[in-house]
Parts: sequence; structure tokens; C-alpha cells
Amino acid sequence: MFFVALITFSLAHLAPGSPFDKNPNRPLPEETIARLERYFGVDKPIPEQFVIYVGNLLRGDLGNSFVQRGRPVSEIIGQGIGVTAQLGIQALLLALAFSIPLGIISALKQNTPLDYFSLLIATIGTTIPGFVTAIFLIYIFGVSFHLLPFVGWGSWQHSIMPTFVLALGPGAFLTRITRASMLEAIRQDYVRTARSKGLREQSVIVGHALKNALIPVATIIGPATAGLITGSFIIESLFNVPGIGRFYVLSINGRDYPMIMSTTLLYAFIIMIANLTVDIVYGALDPRIKVS
Amino acid sequence: MATAVTTRQQQQRAAELNVIARKQRSLWKDALTRLLRNKAAIAGMIVILFVAFVAIFAEIRLDAIGLHFRLAPYDPVADQNTPKALMEPIWTQAFGSKYTDPVMGSDQLGRDILSRLMFGSRISLIVGFVPVAIVFVIGGTVGMLAGYLGGWVDNSLMRFTDIIYAFPDLLFVIIIVATLRGTAFGDILGGLLLIFVGIAIVGWVGLARLVRGQVLSLKHREFIEAARCIGATPTRIMLKHLFPNVLAPVIVSVAFAIPGAMLTEATLSFLGVGIRPPTPTWGAMINEGFVVFSSTPWPVLLPALCISIVLLAFTFVGDGLRDALDPRMKL
Repeated sequence: MFFVALITFSLAHLAPGSPFDKNPNRPLPEETIARLERYFGVDKPIPEQFVIYVGNLLRGDLGNSFVQRGRPVSEIIGQGIGVTAQLGIQALLLALAFSIPLGIISALKQNTPLDYFSLLIATIGTTIPGFVTAIFLIYIFGVSFHLLPFVGWGSWQHSIMPTFVLALGPGAFLTRITRASMLEAIRQDYVRTARSKGLREQSVIVGHALKNALIPVATIIGPATAGLITGSFIIESLFNVPGIGRFYVLSINGRDYPMIMSTTLLYAFIIMIANLTVDIVYGALDPRIKVS
Repeated sequence: MATAVTTRQQQQRAAELNVIARKQRSLWKDALTRLLRNKAAIAGMIVILFVAFVAIFAEIRLDAIGLHFRLAPYDPVADQNTPKALMEPIWTQAFGSKYTDPVMGSDQLGRDILSRLMFGSRISLIVGFVPVAIVFVIGGTVGMLAGYLGGWVDNSLMRFTDIIYAFPDLLFVIIIVATLRGTAFGDILGGLLLIFVGIAIVGWVGLARLVRGQVLSLKHREFIEAARCIGATPTRIMLKHLFPNVLAPVIVSVAFAIPGAMLTEATLSFLGVGIRPPTPTWGAMINEGFVVFSSTPWPVLLPALCISIVLLAFTFVGDGLRDALDPRMKL
């Protein structure tokens, strides 16, 4: 976490140009810039700024946005996080809802047209970037048939396309993993044992194979969360969704240091938490692995 | 009866031996045969060759011998080179329309979309191959050294990867590229070099870890011990014995890194932090055309289609290579 903060901070400050020279035709008077720099504390040497930033951070103060007239960063993030979280959770649930059944079915019907179809979908989902899929969807459902709105956020119709596009990448990945681990599970001895003692096929698959096949799938949810996060700022910018991702892209272009720092740290933090949770859950699901 | 069976068994065995003796093939030849049997991989390779052809012959200018050949119908950068801005492609126009010239229409600055797509393929291919070549050299070397020598090389590599892994890849590239864009370094080749560096910095770590893991599992095997016993130097062991043995997984990983790098460039250009305009890239075309998307979709749809097809082609080849090189799939 500390290193993430250090790297982001130095990179952001190494960049030439100050956040206050936005308009080259009408430059601000020099004393105004000096006053602004003093107000935001960017006139001090960079290492000192970093120490001050970390100190404030530990006290829960994320600083003020440069660009949005000194609004506290925590306020901007607080405003966007609800939207981003809603979008992210919807997408994760959708991804799980279609990928696990699809993976299971294609493993059980290996090398049938159904299997090839779901593999093709999975390949397309992992290969084609979200913004490209989004463009095709917007063209079909938004522009040609006017079925769904594609700009902004508000009603549930607004969230359909962003959720679907965001879910596609992680969902396709999860499908592949589910298929692979299910294929491995149904060849195990314990599945043969279950079958030979005369259990119904359904309970063999659900109770014996699936239970074990889902363990590797659970560990992928960590990286999948990372995928959702990086996906979110592109999708949010594209669909004009007022979440953190869109603010993040805006703040990178506007050189808004406190915003860049806080958002990056927040992302790294969420990913760390996700990975940690997965590690713990993994240990609980599979007693063969001990959490050290 | 018994003798007959034995004879038949012997004959079978002899036939088997004969077959084995005749069909002795190297791993690479074997892999090539399997790759050529994979229809999706072949289709992918054809697409890649076609795109490479277009990219090379989009424009060839050799002033020394006065050669100037351009496959693209227009200059991709000069503004207003078609009759008017935002022309529809010919397939959406009524039959017998007076404009048949810009086959795929023009963008809002009146630039020919077909030409821009053709020149855009250059950027995509370069961004696909150059950073991945850097990743291959740096990641391969560091991974090999870390795996074989261990010690502080290994420790610092692992610490460094831990830090890089805390960032999502794309987030890290975006931060690097966005912050260094204004510097003199970010100006070289219109920002292309910065993108190479950004992708390579994030990418080499994964490959180094892969190579390190492979080397760790190989270095206590008998053939390495034997090489060491007859007095081979560490350099020789690494180059002649370890390198060919880690090559297969490395090739697969590199094959998937190429579309990954192209995707990163497209995403960066789409977000407006990629290669500087007016250089045509597919991602930038999507970015520029998106403003007028709801009224004129083709300037966005066409580059989006190009990206999808090329990325799929590379992925199919990567899948084919993985299946061909993975011995576990031999069944």
C-alpha cells in the first residue's frame, strides 16, 4: 500500500505542468498561481508534500480536489462510490449467474456443439475489449432500435447495458475456469465412487463434482474484481455514468493530484481486500490449504 | 496355437517398433503439425498476414530511389481530402449516388476512413510486437537469472513483482502514460515510445515470474546436473539447456501478450491518453468519432470491427499454439 502511494505520488508530481495552467490563452496572474499553490500546499518540496499527504491520509483526510474548486476528495468519492459499487456488484452477480451454469454445461457436454458455442462466447468475451462490445451494443439497442438509453444514469434501464458489458469480461473468464475445473472434477476417483454406489446423476454432479469444482472458481473472484475495477472506468466514461471511474479519467486529464492519489489508493485497497477475502475463503472451502 | 499367438505378437511388436522408429519427430515439428491442423489458428494467421500486408503497403516511400507507392487511397492525416465531412460509406447510400469515392466514408474532419484504418493497422501491429519483444528480452533474462542464480537477484525480483501486482495492469499503464505525456520523452514518435515503455514496464514482470518458475522446476533435473558435472559454465547451461526447455510456455505467453498490448494501446487511445493526434490509430478513431456516434455510427463501428477481428485472430493463433505446445493435450 505504501509503495503504491509512493509510486503514484512521485509519478503524478514528476509530470510537467501545474494543474493551474489550464488555459494557455488567458494565463492566471502570477500571484494568483502562487496563492493557489500555497493554498493547496504544492509550493513545498515534493518529499515534504508526500509526508504531509501520508500524515493527512492516516487521519482520514484525503485532501481537496484541485480542479473541482477545493471540494474535499472524500465528498467526490462518496458521491460516486454508490454508483460504482452498484454497477460493480450487479456486474459481478450477473457474471457469476451466467458463467457458472455455462461452464458446467459445457464441461458435461464436452466436445459437443453446445460446448464449442460456450467456448466461442468465452473467447469473444475475454478477447474483445469492453468498450468495443459496448459500441456494438449501443449501436444495436440504443441507436438503431431506441430500446435502451445509453447516456447517463438514473433509471434501471440505464444500468442494463453498462452492467452487461462490465460483466462480460470477468464472466467469460469465469466460464473458462469453471469448465476447466469441472472437467477435472468429473474425472476424479470420488466422482466414480459416488456413481458406483448408485447415486443419481444429479446428486453426483451437484453434490460431489460441483462442490469441488467451485473451489478454484472462488479464487478467481479476486482477479475478477480487479478486472471489474479497470473495466469500470472505461465503461463509466463511455456511458457517462457518474461513478468514481469517470472522475478518475477526468482527474488524470486534469492533473488533479489528490483525486488521482485517492482513487488509485482506493482501487489498490479494494483489490487487496478482495484478494485477502479470497485467501481466507479459500482456506475455509478447502481444508487441505491452511491460511498461514 | 500358442506359437501362432506369440508370432503374431512379435509381428505386432516389430511393426510397432518400426512405426516408432520411422515416425521420430522433434517436439517443434510435432507442434507445427498440430498447429496446422487447427482451423481457427489457420484462419487467425491468414487474417494477421492480410493485416500485415495492408500495414506494410499502406505507404512505401523510398526517396533514395524515388519509389513512392501508396495502397491507401488518401493521405490519412491531411484534413478535408474527401468531398465533404461525415460522408456515409457506399453501402448505406442509395444506388447510383454521386459519391462512390470514399468507400468507407469520411470522418468529421473529412478524412478518408479507409485510409485511416489502413494506417491504423500499422500502429496496432507495431504496438503488438515491439513492447512484447522488449518484454521477452528483459523478462526472459531476469527470470532466467533469478531462477538459476537465486539469492538477491531472486529476492529483489520477487519484491518488485509484489509491488507491481498490487496495481491492476491497465491502471498502472494509464498512470505512467498520463503523467509522462507532457515530458520531452512522451513526445518521441508522437507518444509511441512512451506507450512501448508503459506496456513493457508492466508486462515484463509476469514473464519473468513464469520463466523463473519453470527454471526452478528444471534446475534440479538430471540433465542439468549432468551438464554441470561435465563442467558446463552457468551461461552455457542457461542458454543451451534451460532456454530451449522453457521456450514452449514462453511462446504461448508471448502469443497472448501481443493482443494484450494491442488492446492496451486501443484503450489508452480511446481514453485520449494514447498516441497523439492526428496519427491514425483504431482506438483514437473510436474516441474522435464517438461524439457523433448516434447520428453517424460508421466512423466508430469500422475501427471497432477492425480491433475485434484482429484481436480475435491473435487469440485464435495463441490458443492454437497453446494446444500445440502443451504436451498434456497430446491425447
